[in-house]
Amino acid sequence: MRRRAGAPRRWRISLVAAVLALGPATLWARQQGMVPFQGQQETVSAPPLVAAAYAFVWVALIAYVFLLWRRIGRVEHELADVRSKIEGRKPR
Amino acid sequence: MRTAQRLVPVLLLVSAAMFAYAPYAISAAPRESTMGLIQKIFYFHVPAAATAMFSAFVCGGASGAYLWRRRPMADHLAVAAAELVVVFGLIVLVTGPLWARKAWGVWWQWEVRLTITLVMWLVFVAYLLLRRFGGPGSDVLAAAVGLFGAVLVPFVYWSVNVWRTLHPPTTVAINLPPEMMHPFLLSMCAFLLFGTALTIVRVRLERARATLEDAWLAVED
Repeated sequence: MRRRAGAPRRWRISLVAAVLALGPATLWARQQGMVPFQGQQETVSAPPLVAAAYAFVWVALIAYVFLLWRRIGRVEHELADVRSKIEGRKPR
Repeated sequence: MRTAQRLVPVLLLVSAAMFAYAPYAISAAPRESTMGLIQKIFYFHVPAAATAMFSAFVCGGASGAYLWRRRPMADHLAVAAAELVVVFGLIVLVTGPLWARKAWGVWWQWEVRLTITLVMWLVFVAYLLLRRFGGPGSDVLAAAVGLFGAVLVPFVYWSVNVWRTLHPPTTVAINLPPEMMHPFLLSMCAFLLFGTALTIVRVRLERARATLEDAWLAVED
């Protein structure tokens, strides 16, 4: 009787799939391990977060105003240069 | 436009005074009973969001006017407002997660309000990228993008009322007790006045750029 060609291959695939499924399941079991509460302090503190929020607002607004002022200065300076070139070319 | 430009120093002075006083008013306001100190971020987070949404409406309206009449002033206003949406939107998207980390235990949640705010912000970033790198004709395409971005604003605002998620609903700000309402309104006025001043100044920059382009063309001729 001829053995079906796909049977050993199917067993190998099932074995590999079982090993792959077992790996994450084992990892999950380790991560979900029961650890007794030991009265740890609150890890997320509010003052640094509040300070960071306000600092970001101030820095963002001041930086934007500064960049805007520089951009305006550059464009108006260039505009003055171009206007003087146009004035210089006009026939007297 | 000249009248608007004359208003800029007044607006800047008043808003600067309000910003200078705001920290005292905010620190004097009582702490919220469940969130504690972290709730103080509210006094800058919400006004920044209001300024961003107002600027988005201005951009949408100006974009619509530009698509209809092709007036340069409308285009300048749309660009200016879009830039302010990006700046104030960034403030919202940074201060929000800092608040969320303590209040919700996570930096970010893919819930409706946060997600749609991020999408709206990205739309206006796309508007600016289009104007910067789009080449000829990008002003019309960007105006369509600006219009689309403005349409998102009502969804941003009402999303928290329609879908009850982690983010507090809009009724929270309306129903503040007086000792919290005063610093909130002060901060709101400061942000809106400052945003108006920045818009006027930014429009001035766009007008100067357009004049410069025309001047270069005149030189080449």
